[in-house]
Amino acid sequence: MSYTRPARMSVERPLATARVLVSGDRIAYLITFLFAAGVLLLTALVLYELISASSLSRAKFGWSFAFTQLWNPVTGEFGALPFMYGTVVTSLVALIIAAPLGLGCAIFLSELAPPRASGALRFVVELLAAVPSVIYGLLALFVLTPLLRHPVEPWLKEWFGFLPIFQGPAYGVGFLAAGLVLAIMVIPFITSVSREALLAVPRDQKEAALGLGATRWEATWNVALPYARSGIAGSIFLALARALAETMAVTMVIGNDPKIRSSLFAPGYSIAAVIANEFTEAITNLHISALVELGLVLFVITVIMNGLGRLFMLATGRTGSIRA
Amino acid sequence: MNRLARRKLVSALMFGLTGICTLLTISSLFFILGYLLWHGIRSINLEFFTQLPKPPGEVGGGMANAIAGSAEIIFLATFIGMPVGFLAGVYLSEYGEDKFSFVVRYATDLLNGVPSIVIGIFAYALVVVPLGHFSILAGSVALSVIFIPIAVRTSEQFLQDVPHAFREAALALGAPKWKAIATAVVPAAFSALATGMLLAVARIAGETAPLLFTSFNNQFWSLSPNQPSASLPVMIFTYAISPYRDWHRQAWAAGLVLLALVLFINVSARLLLPRRVFK
Repeated sequence: MSYTRPARMSVERPLATARVLVSGDRIAYLITFLFAAGVLLLTALVLYELISASSLSRAKFGWSFAFTQLWNPVTGEFGALPFMYGTVVTSLVALIIAAPLGLGCAIFLSELAPPRASGALRFVVELLAAVPSVIYGLLALFVLTPLLRHPVEPWLKEWFGFLPIFQGPAYGVGFLAAGLVLAIMVIPFITSVSREALLAVPRDQKEAALGLGATRWEATWNVALPYARSGIAGSIFLALARALAETMAVTMVIGNDPKIRSSLFAPGYSIAAVIANEFTEAITNLHISALVELGLVLFVITVIMNGLGRLFMLATGRTGSIRA
Repeated sequence: MNRLARRKLVSALMFGLTGICTLLTISSLFFILGYLLWHGIRSINLEFFTQLPKPPGEVGGGMANAIAGSAEIIFLATFIGMPVGFLAGVYLSEYGEDKFSFVVRYATDLLNGVPSIVIGIFAYALVVVPLGHFSILAGSVALSVIFIPIAVRTSEQFLQDVPHAFREAALALGAPKWKAIATAVVPAAFSALATGMLLAVARIAGETAPLLFTSFNNQFWSLSPNQPSASLPVMIFTYAISPYRDWHRQAWAAGLVLLALVLFINVSARLLLPRRVFK
């Protein structure tokens, strides 16, 4: 990028038309500048609205908001703990399932599949990311939860029932259902970012390993993966941010019960789900304010996760631009 | 030798596992498509496209108003978001070397990461509260906030992909910079830019959470931007969690229509994207 900004480009020219055209430069600069500033302003405005609309609840509950289990709109007592718990548990379940699957898929696409097939498969993975979340919710509600209720959860209980997370009655809807649907939803993000990180590993690195007598898997596992590790870590944080923020699919299958329970079979609630369910029904200002504060909490958590993800990705030299 | 055989076996086994991972992932798309087609096709009929919803519990009716409402919300959101996103993208690509652009880029990424439900709250506070009621306009504002960061970053990226020689050639012919951008850079990136915009449209078309408390819902026709309106994603949600069988049927039909629309835009956008001739 060598050319200068138009402010410095206004050279004296003999022709009047040239001067008009160059002054058009200033106008063009100004217009695009204004819109760029508008985007900045918009972001600031989002933050401002969240902070100002939650002031009532923040003033009343302070930090105890984050540590209180009670959520009772009738008596006006609001605590975020059960929702934060639900959001974190479902996202963790999602990552535990999605990270190995997504990474395996990325390894296959980058190391094994021929370029043509890899491109086609990548296309399918990207389409998977484009499916609207309400459709995932629809399928999860009518296909996944009945399956969980009948064969899956009783089976888990029979074999792994000694673990506290696999106890209690099998409802179908609950943390496990929400975690599973989230896992399916975030796999494409892990796969497409990790695949790019793996493709960015220099050929020499792998060839050197192969030349030393490593098997193909050893070259991948001991050389390519460590080389791409920060990109892979970045993909997992981005996926985590997605999972934490996901609303519709979770709302439809988590069971909507603001309780903290150790069993994954039990119904729970998440931050995004309670906002989706209660925002239009909230009557008191305090209730709305508490819901907005939950939104603020969600905003801060996802910003941190996205930031970490981008930081890791920048470490591999990739730009932190969005996946289009 | 035995040891080598074992290592080779491990290698084959692990790659086999990654193949299974891929198979699982890929098959989930086909499962989603197949299942929606199977249930959706049987549920879809002419009534679905031409009639208004029936009151709860009654069989029949359609989602004509929701289809129109969705179209209007998406159109308005694109109408707001496209110029903002495009021009901000032009700024970042063509003038963006200063600290200010760095901040704008950072803000755009931040905005892109804001949970969609939170954007719903934002539009609620910004439009619904001052107006005093839910409206199509509020829904469009919410969706445009999702649209803008995607449009900014794709526009910037695709404009950056235009070789520098294009700009220099135009400047050498005596064109001022704005003319170089308008007649050389943007046309060269046009189909890529269109792809970016289409992908952004596909993305907002399926958004549900921001519409729940902005455009809300409506049983009747409402084409005025100042009125609340039904929309396909919200209808899918409402009908799916309802206890009525016939509403479930219509949720499948609406799901099929929405998925077909989103996938169609996605596929055609990618077909539109030319192979990178540059670089």
